[in-house]
Amino acid sequence: MAKCKYDWPEAGQRKLIGKRISRVTGPAMASGQAKYSYDINRPGMLYARLLACPYAHAKIKSIDTSEAEKLPGVKTVRIIQRVGTEIQWAGDEIVAVVAEREEIAEDALRRIKVEYEKLPHIVHEEDLSQVGDRAKPAAEQRTGDPDAAFKDPDAVISEGYYGLPVIIHCTPETHGGVAEWVDAENLRVWISTQNVSGLPPQIAETLGTPVTNIQALCEYMGGGFGSKFSPDRWGIEMARLAKDVGKPVKLMLQREHDSMVAGARPSYFAKIRVAAKKDGTLTGWESDTWGTGGPGGATLPPIPYVLNVPNQIKRHTSVATNVGPARAWRAPGHPQACYLTMTALDDLAAKLNMDPIEFLMKNLALAKPREQIYRQELQKAAELAEWTKNWHPRGDKSPGPIKRGLGVSIHTWGGGGHNSLCNVAIHPDGSVEITLGSQDLGTGTRTVIAITAAETFGLPVEAVTVNIGDSKYPPSGGSGGSTTVGGVSGSTRRGCVDALEQLFAAVAPGLGVPAEQLEAADGRIQVKGDAAKSLTWKQACAKLGVKSVQVQGKNPGPCQLGSSGVGGVQIADVSVDTETGIVKINKMVAVQDCGLIIDLKTAENQCYGAITMGIGYSLFEEKIMDQVTGRMLNPNLDSYKLAGIGDIGEIVVHMMTGPGYDDRGVIGLGEPPVIAPGAAISNAVANAIGVRVPTLPLTPAKVLAALAKGGIA
Amino acid sequence: MSWKKDKVRKPAKPNEALTRRDFLQGAGVAVSGGLLVGREPAIAASPDEKAKVLGPEAVPITLRINGKAQKLTLEPRVTLLDALRNHLDMTGAKKMCDRGTCGACTVILDGKAVYACSVLAIAAQGKEILTIEGLAAGGKLHPVMTAFVEHDAHQCGFCTPGFVMASKAFLDKNPNPLQQDVEEGLGGNLCRCGVYVGVRQAALDAAKARLGEKGGKAHGKV
Ligand code: FES
Ligand code: FES
Repeated sequence: MAKCKYDWPEAGQRKLIGKRISRVTGPAMASGQAKYSYDINRPGMLYARLLACPYAHAKIKSIDTSEAEKLPGVKTVRIIQRVGTEIQWAGDEIVAVVAEREEIAEDALRRIKVEYEKLPHIVHEEDLSQVGDRAKPAAEQRTGDPDAAFKDPDAVISEGYYGLPVIIHCTPETHGGVAEWVDAENLRVWISTQNVSGLPPQIAETLGTPVTNIQALCEYMGGGFGSKFSPDRWGIEMARLAKDVGKPVKLMLQREHDSMVAGARPSYFAKIRVAAKKDGTLTGWESDTWGTGGPGGATLPPIPYVLNVPNQIKRHTSVATNVGPARAWRAPGHPQACYLTMTALDDLAAKLNMDPIEFLMKNLALAKPREQIYRQELQKAAELAEWTKNWHPRGDKSPGPIKRGLGVSIHTWGGGGHNSLCNVAIHPDGSVEITLGSQDLGTGTRTVIAITAAETFGLPVEAVTVNIGDSKYPPSGGSGGSTTVGGVSGSTRRGCVDALEQLFAAVAPGLGVPAEQLEAADGRIQVKGDAAKSLTWKQACAKLGVKSVQVQGKNPGPCQLGSSGVGGVQIADVSVDTETGIVKINKMVAVQDCGLIIDLKTAENQCYGAITMGIGYSLFEEKIMDQVTGRMLNPNLDSYKLAGIGDIGEIVVHMMTGPGYDDRGVIGLGEPPVIAPGAAISNAVANAIGVRVPTLPLTPAKVLAALAKGGIA
Repeated sequence: MSWKKDKVRKPAKPNEALTRRDFLQGAGVAVSGGLLVGREPAIAASPDEKAKVLGPEAVPITLRINGKAQKLTLEPRVTLLDALRNHLDMTGAKKMCDRGTCGACTVILDGKAVYACSVLAIAAQGKEILTIEGLAAGGKLHPVMTAFVEHDAHQCGFCTPGFVMASKAFLDKNPNPLQQDVEEGLGGNLCRCGVYVGVRQAALDAAKARLGEKGGKAHGKV
């Protein structure tokens, strides 16, 4: 195959790409030097706090801020939502206060009097009969002939109830930032964001300020998981407040408030019937689903997931509630669709007395075009989990109260690279800079850029300076949907190849060969096939005289550097204490493809992290709402339970690489590994105790309730 | 959360320390609405001393941070974490939960890891306070930090300074831990990105490296 000029180096030529390389931000993070938006302290900076509505549904009747304004140290009080506004969720912002210190701002909030007219609210959606007119049924969807499939006398039909509640993003750094007017017209904001380049246009539109007058900065950010794409109301308010007081203002949401308003993943509940022939061939799917993502309801998730079961009927009801607004949560819709589908299929496999891996293998033709990938990944995962040795049919018959079980699940995601522009500079002193308006969420964006440039230039990673996190840099897409690594590696690679050509042109005359005969390797520019004729990188760059090479790199662009679409298989190995109902993870196995891997170390870490988060939402996490008050009962971390270091067991990650994988080019990885844990863990629990615990999280109470109805056998 | 961990994950409470929660957090803050909690005086009581009422106005205090005396004028209700972050621009310690649950704010007080969000600054007077900035003094990475970098024990890195400080305090007391000890000892820190695999390895590795230097034999990964 003819090589395209920007193509990734062949496997044997790669010095850095695909190796395990420590992230370039590690030392700054581990030493506490990394500055997050929350850490920005500006001269004369003031602090803002927000007064939130305590009711889930209410109309504002009156607001009295006079007592707050009188408090010494208070600089301004701003009404965000006026009298008469109808509030749709508890925690919605009503008034902002700016004071000299955080403590004073909090005191001021307590002096504000707001009267509300309470309106009826709904914050529970699992029992559809209780939601009244909040239910919005969608038209039934049908494909094939489901009636015939379910009426077939030879069909084996499994029927079940499944669900997962609303959970929150719970970003470690809450939402917010610092706003500073550099002068009367120019605004600078440090916002914890996944979308540096995309913020100024959004802020400009709301404030009516020219977009060129706005600079958004975000050097380090403490997690977004899909909840930090917009400046949000607080981002806009902090800019207005800063203007009002003529000083920089810091406005970070407090944890409790953040949990209520700044990100939720929609719930889904479902009654599902699936049909198969006696040999396990899937023949029919019928589902009634419902769920909520707050006032906006929740659309039908992509079910049946991965396996496109023939002959379907799908009925879905969106429920508008007052639980707070939904935001994209890592792989939107997929963890839920995966859970609903893979648990229902696992129950069917159990009814067929089939090994679930065998059952999935049997139906992989429905997973086109990734049939082969799943086959290879299922085999690998089974091997790593010692499936043949450790799996047993439903219900661990061994004596004693602790029952062990294994469960499997598969997933998919896109992850093609986003649009990205970057500037590549090679300076006469030998230094190299890559500059772009991207952001590093902890996924290793900087590291991926540095590795790509270093590989192209034949330099060590440390030789590359990466500048990101500033909207004044060439624009790059927001970091969502696993699009960043594909985007920034593409723009960086193309820019670096072009920049290198210019450097070759500058040094070719001195080396007495045409530029095309030069290559960059091991810190030198050398004549291909004659390494004796060479210059060190520094000597070569000195030939540039006083002018740096400055080149723009682009994604998308010529040559196929990336693609979209991955599979992935996970197996959970759990122990369940049938006396206490406690589920313990023994081991999680993840086998994942994502095309050409740039940094194996951060890629594996991405999987470890996603599985850990998956263990969290499988066993502990739920946005618990109180129907009486309409409020979230567990908005703080002492009651919103995240997985801890003692909860994860052993995690084994295997990344698929080599022929058939690397040649697909770069594909993103942020979403895929977080999708499957729910179903894998639930299936493992069902395998251990012989009965399905229908909804996540798999709390001891739910496990014991399921056991009371049956199990083991 | 871990069932076992709940036993160890307690807010640090040195005998005389006043926790912020005693004063501020009991009933939730502004979001709960309508609650009138004024600025209350803080009482610095020790068993053999008569109760001394301080505040609510700002009072002069001296903190010994990373070997250096820092003079501040603070309201007694200001936490050690806010004193560091808002008054001294020492932002290595992070605020994630602000109520003694996540460990992102961990600093070392007289050799003991504590949650800086749950200790009042006035109560930290007279103690040696070590922060992440002090641990990386002179721009040189502490061996625990090096182990974190090597094992990629971070993603967004927001929890990392807290984990590094907790690991350092833990390893000082448990120089030769088993994996299970690490899981209990670091059970008071939370990471949303989920980097525990790296943290576990980093802590074990840092212990091993130190024992190696001293000629000891490490348990390693068990
Ligand atoms: S911020 Fe102090 S323990 Fe979470
Ligand atoms: S690395 Fe993000 S919270 Fe731990």
